[in-house]
Amino acid sequence: MTTFEAILLTIVTASTPLLIAAMGELVTERSGVLNLGVEGMMAMGAACSFAAAVTFESTLLGVLAGMVAGTLMAALFALVVLGFAANQVGSGLALTILGLGLAGLIGAPFVGARRDPVPPIDIPVLSELPVIGRLFFEQDLFVYGSIALTVLVAFYLNRTRSGLMLRSIGENHASAHGLGLPVWRVRFLAILFGGACAGLAGTYLALVYTRFWSPGMTAGRGWIALALVVFAAWRPGWALVGAYIFGAATVLQLHAQAAQFGVPSQVLSAVPYLATILALLLLSIRRGRAVGAPGSLGLPFVPDR
Amino acid sequence: MFSRSIIGILAGAAALALSAGGAAAQQKLKIGFIYVGPVGDHGWSYQHDVGRKAIEKAFGDKVETTYVESVPEADSERAIEQLARTGHGLVFTTSFGFMEPTVKVARKYPNVKFEHATGFKRAPNLSTYAAKFHEGRYIIGQIAGKMSKSGTIGYVGAFPIPEVVAGINAYFLGAQSVNPDIKIKVVWANSWYDPAKEADAAKALLDQGVDVIAQHTDSPAPIQAAEARGKFGFGQASDMERFAPKAQLTAIVDNWSDYYVARTKAVLDGTWKSDDTWGGLAANMVVMSPYKNMPDDVKKMAEETEAAIRSGKLNPFKCPVVKQDGAEVECKGSGALSDEQVLGMNFYVKGVDDKLPQ
Repeated sequence: MTTFEAILLTIVTASTPLLIAAMGELVTERSGVLNLGVEGMMAMGAACSFAAAVTFESTLLGVLAGMVAGTLMAALFALVVLGFAANQVGSGLALTILGLGLAGLIGAPFVGARRDPVPPIDIPVLSELPVIGRLFFEQDLFVYGSIALTVLVAFYLNRTRSGLMLRSIGENHASAHGLGLPVWRVRFLAILFGGACAGLAGTYLALVYTRFWSPGMTAGRGWIALALVVFAAWRPGWALVGAYIFGAATVLQLHAQAAQFGVPSQVLSAVPYLATILALLLLSIRRGRAVGAPGSLGLPFVPDR
Repeated sequence: MFSRSIIGILAGAAALALSAGGAAAQQKLKIGFIYVGPVGDHGWSYQHDVGRKAIEKAFGDKVETTYVESVPEADSERAIEQLARTGHGLVFTTSFGFMEPTVKVARKYPNVKFEHATGFKRAPNLSTYAAKFHEGRYIIGQIAGKMSKSGTIGYVGAFPIPEVVAGINAYFLGAQSVNPDIKIKVVWANSWYDPAKEADAAKALLDQGVDVIAQHTDSPAPIQAAEARGKFGFGQASDMERFAPKAQLTAIVDNWSDYYVARTKAVLDGTWKSDDTWGGLAANMVVMSPYKNMPDDVKKMAEETEAAIRSGKLNPFKCPVVKQDGAEVECKGSGALSDEQVLGMNFYVKGVDDKLPQ
C-alpha cells in the first residue's frame, strides 16, 4: 500500500461520521426544523452502541442500539418543539447538553472496555485494483452505507412525492398546512430520521473509528455536521463533497506535519474551518443571498396562528 | 452609642465565626478535585481520580472527597471558587491551565489549602506539584530506538508547551543514545483529548514510515492505531495494555496516590505548608508499567536505564545538551540542565528534524 492510498483510506474514515450525521440533519432542516442537538444525539449513539456491542458481543446489536438511542433523543426533541412549539434553538442546545451528560452516565461502566475492529468488506478481484481497489472495494459497511444514504436522500428529496411534500412544509408551513399537508407528522418523522443518523454517526465513532468509549469522544463533530448542512446549501450531493473536503483537510494537515512542511501546526489545524468559511463565502457571493435555507427553518409551527 | 453597637455586632460575628470554625474542625476534611478532562479518559484525569480514591481508602471516614470533571480551563475559576466556598479544606486543581484561576481563588480564601499540578506560581496556601515524566520518556526513547526497524520513530504531541517539548527531547535523546542515526517525526494534534483526531495523527505517522509511536495526548487512540497496523507504541499516563496488548511496549504511569495521601495527612496533622514537589521515578510519582513485547536484551537495557535514573546516576538532560542549530545549552544544573531549564524548555535538541511551532 502506498502512502497515497493510505492517506485516501484515512480520509474516508474521517469523513464518514460527518457525512452520516449531516445527512440526517439535512433532512430534518429541509422539513423546517433546526435541531442543534446533533452533538448530544451522536454522543448518545456512541455510548449506547458501545454499551450494547460490549454487553451482547454483537456489532449488529451495537449499531441498532446506537440508532435507537439517537432516535429516542430526537423523539424527546420532537415532543418539545412540535408538541409544545418551544424555541428550537434553545431546545436543541439543551438536547446537546442532555445527550453529553446522559452518555457519560450510560457509558461509565464501559470505560476501559475494548472491541475488536469491524472487519472491512473485501470485494474480491475489484479490491486488487491499483489505487482505487482498496479505496472503493475494501471499506467497512458504514462507508458504503453513508454513500447509499446520500443517494437515497437526494432521490427522496428531489424525485418523490413525499420528498416534495417535506420540502414544501419546510419552505412554508402555513401554506402547506392550508393545503392539508400533515406538517406535524412529516416533521416528526424527519426529526426521528435525523436522530437515527446522528446515532449511527456516533456508533461509527465508537465501534469503527476508535473502538473504545470515553466521555466527550464526539469532540465537536456534531457541530461540524451542522455547519456542513449550511455549507452544502441544504443539498445532499454538496454535503457529501463538504464532508470529504473537511475530512481531507483534517487528515492532510496531520500528514503535512509529519512530512515536515514547516508550516505551524496551529495554522494547519485551522485549515478545515477556514475552508468551511471560504466555501460559505463563495456560495453566498455566487447566489447573492442566504443560500437555499428552507423558508420556515427554525420557526415554531402553531396551526391556528 | 452607635460605635458600641457596631463593636457589639462585630464581636458577635467574630464569636459566631469562631464557633463555626470549631465545629468545622471536628467535621470531616472535605477535599475537592478539579479535572480538565472526564475521569473516563483512561489517561491524565483518570490517574488523578485514582489518587482521589487512594485518599478515600487511606483515611476513610475522616475525609470526604468531591470532584468536578471536564472543567474548561478558561472557565475554571467559578468551579474552583465553588469548592472553596462550600467548605473544602484542600483543593487540587490538576491542569496547567488552572494556574491563574487557582492563584486568584487562593488569594480570596486564605484558609483553604490549594494544590496546583504542573504550575509554577505558589502562595502561602498554594503548593505546586508535578512529575518528571521526561525520565520515563528517556527510557521509552531507548526502547523505541532499539525496536524501530524503519529507523523513524514518531510522536503525537498535544500542544507545543515546555512540558511536551521536554518530553519529545528526552524521548529523542534516549533513542539517539542507542541508535545515533534515528529520525523522529512529530505531529501536533492541537488538542489534549480528541480520540478520533489522535488516531488520525497516529495513522499519518504510520503511513509515513514510522513504526514506533509515543504520545503526549490523553486517549488510547494513538496506541490503538499502532496495534491495528501491527506496530508499536507506549501507554500514556495510565497502563493502556488492554487497548493494545500486542503494541504496548510499556507505559509511563502517573502515580499521584502517594503524594495525595501524604498531603492529606499533612492537612489532618496540621503540618501542611506551601511547597513545590517535582518527583520522578525515585519518588514513585512516575512508574513504568511492565516491559513487554520486546526481546530480552531490550528489556534488560530498559530496566538498567530505569535503575540508573532512579539512583540519580543518569539524567536524561545530562550536559552537554545541544540545540538544533548546534549551539550548546548553558549548563545551569550540576552536570545536567537545571529544573528551571527543563520546565521552561522551548527548543528542540539537535537531530530533531522539525520546526518547533512558536
